[in-house]
Amino acid sequence: MSFFDKLFGRKNSADSAKERLQLVLVHDRTDLTPAELESLRDDLVATVSRHVDIDVTSMQFGVEHDGRLQRLVADIPIKSASRRKRASRKPKAK
Amino acid sequence: MPAQVVTVTSGKGGVGKTTAVANLAVALASNGSKVVCIDGDIGLRNLDVILGLENRIVYDIVDVIEGRCRLKQAMIKDKKLPNLYLIPAAQTRDKNAVSASDMNRLAKDLRSECDFVLIDSPAGIERGFKNAIAPADRVLVVTNPEISAVRDADRVIGILEAEDKGPGALIINRLNPAMVKRQEMLSADDVLDLLAVELIGIVPEDEGVLIGSNRGAPVAMDPKSRAGQAFRNIARRLKGEDVPFLDLESSGSLWERIQRLAGRR
Repeated sequence: MSFFDKLFGRKNSADSAKERLQLVLVHDRTDLTPAELESLRDDLVATVSRHVDIDVTSMQFGVEHDGRLQRLVADIPIKSASRRKRASRKPKAK
Repeated sequence: MPAQVVTVTSGKGGVGKTTAVANLAVALASNGSKVVCIDGDIGLRNLDVILGLENRIVYDIVDVIEGRCRLKQAMIKDKKLPNLYLIPAAQTRDKNAVSASDMNRLAKDLRSECDFVLIDSPAGIERGFKNAIAPADRVLVVTNPEISAVRDADRVIGILEAEDKGPGALIINRLNPAMVKRQEMLSADDVLDLLAVELIGIVPEDEGVLIGSNRGAPVAMDPKSRAGQAFRNIARRLKGEDVPFLDLESSGSLWERIQRLAGRR
């Protein structure tokens, strides 16, 4: 890695290779394309939303690996009941 | 004790499967084990030239399977190591000439004859590969610290797990310590992190490997070669010995070491 690469904040090639491989291996191992993963996420959001009010913007969703085991991990924050009530009251106040 | 059947495979071609088989065979045989190597790459025979035995071939693996010769007639004895044998691949046939049950039968006959049967798998994940892993007690997966080789190794490891062959043990071949140090090559730790399998050896990039191939004398016979040392260590690990991994950082000429001490590298 040259001095100029460091100067301009360019990542070294070993790190690029590792990051790219991590993503490729998840898809190879799970047989899930990024598009399929996206549609799975949307289905999940739709289903969960029917039961609780969730904060979609700050949810985390993806495949993580634990050794050779792939794990689908979703971390979905639920909007607090008080905030939800306030939000639903607002329109009435209009 | 019956022989251990070890298959060497990789997914990707050109990562050093045949070189690994030749070197492990030489290392095991020079340590007193009786070794039979089988070239499983039907139609693309190469283990014979790497071992320097190309001029001695009379019968090949397909001749044995199709009953044109006895097993012993197809076992070519090495020039220097009297307990090393090669069963060459057929050059004019394709992989459909051999089935998994043929390989199982062949390995069964060899188990009582020797200490190790080493099978050189063809590249790919098709029939030739499936044949090569069918009789294996143990599978070694060769990869290079390179994006496509690691990806293909992962595919192969996945197939081995699905076929109940265990996850396999990994040989990281052609690691260039200087490039790893500059962070321009995946390190052994990076590769292990990605593939999450047992490591059985790290072989440094070494000109001696090609020179050995040129001469038909695998580098494991050269006591001074670093790659040769790495292969000899893998051979000892195959025998169940606990051998520490080489410190590849300390490789290089005296001048390089002085430069490193002076902080120039």
